[in-house]
Amino acid sequence: MSEKNVSENIIELVNIRKEFDDNVALKNLNLNVRRNEFLTLLGPSGCGKTTTLRMIAGFEQPTSGQILCNGKCINDVPPYLRPLNTVFQRYALFPHMSIYENIAFGLRLKKKPEAYIKERVKAMLNLVNLNGFEKRSIESLSGGQQQRIAIARALVSEPEVLLLDEPLGALDLKMRQGMQMELKDMQRRLGITFIYVTHDQEEALTMSDTIVLINEGEIQQKGTPEDIYNEPKNAFVADFIGESNIIDGVMLRDYSVHFSGATFPCVDKGFGEDNPVEVVVRPEDVQLVEKEKGQISGVVQSVVFLGVHYEMHVLCDHGIDWLVHSTAMSPVGSEVGICVTPENIHIMEKSCKKETVDEVEA
Amino acid sequence: MKKKWLSYPYMIWMAIFIVVPMALVLYYAFTVRDGEAVRFSLANFQKFCQPVYLKVALRSIMLAFYCTIGCFLLGYPLAMILASKEYVQKRMLLLLLILPMWMNILLRTYAWMTLLEKNGLINTFLGNFGLGPYQFLYTDIAVVLGMIYNFLPFMVLPIYSVLVKMDHSLIEAAEDLGAGRLTVFRKVTFPLSIPGVMSGVVMVFMPAVSTFIISRLLGGGQFSLIGNLIEQQFLWVGDWHFGSALSIVMMILILISTAILNHYDKDHDNEGVGGLW
Amino acid sequence: MVKRFFERIYLLIIFAFLYAPIIVLMAFSFNESKSRSMWTGFSLKWYEKVFQNSEIMSALYYTILIAILSAVIATIIGTISAIGIQSLGKWSKKAVLDINYLPVLNPDIVTGVSLMILFIFVNMRLGFLTLLLSHIVFNIPYVIISVLPKLRQLDKNVYEAALDLGATPAYAIRRVVLPQIMPGVITGLLLAFTLSLDDFVISFFTTGSGVTNLSITIYSMTRRGVSPEINAISTLMFAVVLVLLVVINGRMSQDKNVSHQDIK
Repeated sequence: MSEKNVSENIIELVNIRKEFDDNVALKNLNLNVRRNEFLTLLGPSGCGKTTTLRMIAGFEQPTSGQILCNGKCINDVPPYLRPLNTVFQRYALFPHMSIYENIAFGLRLKKKPEAYIKERVKAMLNLVNLNGFEKRSIESLSGGQQQRIAIARALVSEPEVLLLDEPLGALDLKMRQGMQMELKDMQRRLGITFIYVTHDQEEALTMSDTIVLINEGEIQQKGTPEDIYNEPKNAFVADFIGESNIIDGVMLRDYSVHFSGATFPCVDKGFGEDNPVEVVVRPEDVQLVEKEKGQISGVVQSVVFLGVHYEMHVLCDHGIDWLVHSTAMSPVGSEVGICVTPENIHIMEKSCKKETVDEVEA
Repeated sequence: MKKKWLSYPYMIWMAIFIVVPMALVLYYAFTVRDGEAVRFSLANFQKFCQPVYLKVALRSIMLAFYCTIGCFLLGYPLAMILASKEYVQKRMLLLLLILPMWMNILLRTYAWMTLLEKNGLINTFLGNFGLGPYQFLYTDIAVVLGMIYNFLPFMVLPIYSVLVKMDHSLIEAAEDLGAGRLTVFRKVTFPLSIPGVMSGVVMVFMPAVSTFIISRLLGGGQFSLIGNLIEQQFLWVGDWHFGSALSIVMMILILISTAILNHYDKDHDNEGVGGLW
Repeated sequence: MVKRFFERIYLLIIFAFLYAPIIVLMAFSFNESKSRSMWTGFSLKWYEKVFQNSEIMSALYYTILIAILSAVIATIIGTISAIGIQSLGKWSKKAVLDINYLPVLNPDIVTGVSLMILFIFVNMRLGFLTLLLSHIVFNIPYVIISVLPKLRQLDKNVYEAALDLGATPAYAIRRVVLPQIMPGVITGLLLAFTLSLDDFVISFFTTGSGVTNLSITIYSMTRRGVSPEINAISTLMFAVVLVLLVVINGRMSQDKNVSHQDIK
């Protein structure tokens, strides 16, 4: 997918390891970022995603391994000489300077002529929809406006890569959703690479071309949002991205899996015969039918109305609790049948699931 | 910012100008000169335990203690009044309270000399009524008065800052529950202000116990307080060993006071100031 | 109403107690005769005499010179050190701050004699240099204590943002960090200046060779017999301090306004 043409990669991380005192933040990380893609580093807090970003920016040095930019090693290049800019979570605007001076900061350092600076600042303010804000002070802006200025400031020098460290984390939900669209649109128009860090899976799914899911200093899965959502590679991914039913099962042979007391046809192969596996079924992929028509049956334990759909827990044989999202409601206590179509059954190698999930919760 | 190294020169500076001098004081305190040789000894501390010196120490502590009580009695009502004022008035009064502190301590103390002298203003004033002249200067009373005068703001400010932050609804709640004004003070206001009082007590006691100017100017006597004793040993007697031992004694007094202060000051998060003290 | 009345009386007595000596001191600086209890008429002659008194003038010169030099040097060392201390690890930071706090906590007399021992121990002649060094020693901790809170308030990403936009570390500190911690630096500078101006005890032990400051001169004069020239110089010093205080107070209320805006 990404490795077919090396020159396509703008940033490459090769065997990166990072230790803080006694803690290992990243274990042997390898990652390629293609030119002009919107790549998101996603993971729970403390997983190493921000550390990765800070190393690309140059604020942290890897303990071992190489960071390449356009094929050249930039390990020893200080942050102020790297052709990339950062948008910080808490904006990090210079409070003692006007908005104009904030945006012009990078250009001033490059000794650009004043007329050019003026024009660029204007263009940037236009880009972030804050025309005419030049003379305003930082304190007079709302959080969302401050973040726009931070983006303008980072983009004014036309970096090849824009690094964004949870840039929307400090905004409220409504503003966050608006900014997501704007950022995605901005990235498309400018045609530069965005590396985006977030712990919000919805944000990652909405905006990214590529999602890199990280946990415990290791990449769990890299792929398009669709890949990650539909074909989670392990229980951690399945659990982190949306809600899932993760059920122990046995792969009887190719295209046939046994779990929850029944045998289901599926589309997966290559897991061997009679091998223990984990089966992932998204709650919205579970169909509730009449008891007799289901592949298995169970009793509805609880029903909660969530606006668009109902969330139900159905207890089946072997004590397996199915989470079901459906627009049709079955009352508590009623017996129902459950159907899952083959393409909605995702098979994963049996992993050290318990540990991974428990630690994330902890 | 990873600029640790910027602090390294100052670490060396601190070693030279803070740690080494303290080490030298310790060294002198625990040694005596024996002809040409210098040897370890506790003789300096034994010397301190002689009644004549213990008396001086006790006197220092007693006078500082009287001063602390005086400051508390004068300062608490003042702090209460200040805390009850409106913003502008509060600022004005606080400024007025602190202003004299900005005058050199020697001048402030010297001002009292001129008032208390035999032919000073107070005696002249009393003389108009056929009273006196009285011997005010060079008495313990004059020293305590000078201390109270110099250190009163140290008592008022911490109490004030506690009172002013106090949740007023607590007092209203107490009144609502039927407590009279005196009861409110006894059961609510005062107990809650104890941390401020403790800070004030320590902040007055520490400079009072270590002063040597006030006692020298207003007390007259050469050996009146432990501070004078230290000065005497270093500048006139030339016995650095005994002088250092006295300094150690004074430091221990201060450390104990600070430990007490820290105990009551736990809630205040002053990180700029190390935790040890 | 009755309570109000008693409050007024109480405030009046306390402030009379606080200000009477100072006012008397100042008033008698304008007295014609040398008497410190009898008013014999208005005169400015003690002010003239003060400026002809070479002892007092030399002390004034050293006081101001030492105050300016020690405050400026301490502010530079203190600010740079504070930036370094801020990025130290938890334990080394605590250790450094504890030692740093020692001169603040220690009675002045102990700081004074310990420095005197040091200087004599290394065979330094007590005089201008030792006096200056001592003042720098006790001023730096106050500068550090003033600057550190500002550094803590500083968004740590702001420095990185400057680097990220192409600033060298030196430029980032000068143009981005320093302007933001400036209020703390100025407070430290003024604090150091006034402490140095005001110091008696530490100066008393660490100077020599005829170098004295005003405090020491006043001290020796009070023991020899007092001249109203002291009243005159006191009045002048108090006036200077008053002006300084008004300036500082103005600055502080400015700071306050800024922080109010921050909240908005």
